Amino acid sequence: MSGPSTYVPKSAIGRWFESRLPLMGLVHSSFVAYPVPRNLNYMWTFGAILSFMLVAQIVTGVVLAMHYVPSATEAFSSINHIMRDVNYGWLVRYMHTNGATLFFLACYTHMFRGIYYGSFKAPRELLWIIGVVIYFLMAATAFLGYVLPWGSMSFAGATVITNLLSAIPLVGTAITYWLWGGYAVGDPTLNRFFSLHYLLPFIIVGAVGLHVWALHVTGQNNPDGVEVKNAERDTVAFTPYATIKDVFALSVWLIIYAWLIFYIPNYVLDADNSNIANPLATPAHVVPEWYLLPFYAILRAIPNKLMGVIALFASIAILAFLPWLDRSPVKSAKYRPTYRFFFWVFVVICIGLGWLGSQEPTEGLTLIARFLTVGYFGFFLVIMPLLSFTEKTKPIPASIADAVLPKKADATAAAQA
Amino acid sequence: MASAATVEAPNRRDFLFLTAGAVGAVGVAAVVWPLVDQMNPDASTLALASTEVDIGAIPEGQIVTVKWRGGPVFIRHRTKKEIEDAENVPLGELRDPQTDQSRVKKREWLIVIGVCTHLGCVPLGQEGKYEGWLCPCHGSIYDTSGRIRQGPAPLNLAVPEYAFLTDTRVKIG
Ligand code: HEM
Ligand code: FES
Repeated sequence: MSGPSTYVPKSAIGRWFESRLPLMGLVHSSFVAYPVPRNLNYMWTFGAILSFMLVAQIVTGVVLAMHYVPSATEAFSSINHIMRDVNYGWLVRYMHTNGATLFFLACYTHMFRGIYYGSFKAPRELLWIIGVVIYFLMAATAFLGYVLPWGSMSFAGATVITNLLSAIPLVGTAITYWLWGGYAVGDPTLNRFFSLHYLLPFIIVGAVGLHVWALHVTGQNNPDGVEVKNAERDTVAFTPYATIKDVFALSVWLIIYAWLIFYIPNYVLDADNSNIANPLATPAHVVPEWYLLPFYAILRAIPNKLMGVIALFASIAILAFLPWLDRSPVKSAKYRPTYRFFFWVFVVICIGLGWLGSQEPTEGLTLIARFLTVGYFGFFLVIMPLLSFTEKTKPIPASIADAVLPKKADATAAAQA
Repeated sequence: MASAATVEAPNRRDFLFLTAGAVGAVGVAAVVWPLVDQMNPDASTLALASTEVDIGAIPEGQIVTVKWRGGPVFIRHRTKKEIEDAENVPLGELRDPQTDQSRVKKREWLIVIGVCTHLGCVPLGQEGKYEGWLCPCHGSIYDTSGRIRQGPAPLNLAVPEYAFLTDTRVKIG
């Protein structure tokens, strides 16, 4: 979909610059003239929202880092210093903390969108896999960031997650000592986590660059899941059509963001994290941030340590294999009634696992968590391959234009009659 | 390519190429290793390898938590019943079979590292089915010898190296 740029700068300076470094041409062909399918719905605005959230996290994070002290004795009080003394420190911190929540909310919506509309299928496999990598980096970044305030939940989280690696046979314990820089999570751990929390977002920026590049090679998928056949009929220009839609969606998103920051800023924070970390005691009820709860439930559902850790990582890694698990030639769930049904079952399973992850594990709940864990993997390993060959799909439209334009033509005709 | 005539004896150029490559690989390893090893526990952390504790003031039935190498160590002054419970468990019932005798130096004193062998949380004393320890994180249950009895943890609470300096003083590490 991307070809040589047709961009011609208007000014002499622009032409001088462009013939030496065609930067404006790249921007123009990527975000102005770039053709987007004409039938995109609001599910396609989350890419822009995610880009915004990434920039917001970096800007607020760099500001926080100007006042934060990454040391076991001072980190906790430096957060209080940010909240009480630093000008607008409370605002920047709440933006960063709640920003992480909204970043993940947008990311999950974006991913479920991909699963619903079959956006991971050929020719977009690499685009999808880069997305899974970005998600993994995001989870790592958020985990590292959560350790920084050095509250008791920060400490417990750091301990539990780093100990996942101790499940590796033979070298596991040595790896954890290496990660901690000691025999337990402590000052050296906090220091290096800060260094890495600062680094990873910029690696995410790089990965997002590849993601967008891959996107602009294959073009976007769309709600009907048929490829663009005739750019004239099937697409519209990115600017103004997609730009305006993105700006509108982002504005609504910002209202939600502002509401979180100004009305319920502590809603996603664990009260236990207002206590300073204590290496000699663990809070009564250890839970991760909401966005990691489903994976935590899967970890706890499995009674064996090594298998639990393997299942935890497999539950994310399996996403990278979707293009080969779902072989149905029809992309969009709009034309796949059975797949659509199981998709919603899958969404309910994920939410259910999330809820279970937040609860104290009683025997009954653990049983349900096992059941849902089987369901989680079953969706990918059984339902997807099975439906690929057995499902009776609805007829797909011949082209994007055929999917949306006739309806409009009928409507105008009806209005004129 | 495949014919025997084209296979030449290795010449000086091949030799130089291979040795230069080998030296280069050693050089890269010599730079990468410090970058990796710097993350291991440093000299100041290793220097904190032992700690001495006065246990004379710990009454029977109490557990005291002391800090050793940055983490908790439990010193438990066990009651008669707790000792008997621990000693009377048939080894066949245990996931990580160890006798109580092999885990203590004096019957009344149990000294174990207070780190759950599942994912490292600090278990709560005098709780759980066996009134040994209960881990709040994922529900592992330990007995009064610190042995794993239920839940996801694979191993018994570890016994650190320690020595009784006097009847009321122990050195851990
Ligand atoms: C991918 C983007 C990022 C995500 C998802 C993220 C996430 C988080 C999270 C969840 C916390 C814990 C907040 C709390 O409990 O209050 C945190 C804290 C922190 N982050 Fe980030 N972060 C990101 C980018 C950055 C960047 C780029 C920097 C610095 C350049 C940064 C600097 C900090 C600092 C200094 C803290 C400690 C202050 C605090 O806890 O509020 N973050 N981050
Ligand atoms: S850390 Fe103790 S049960 Fe998981």
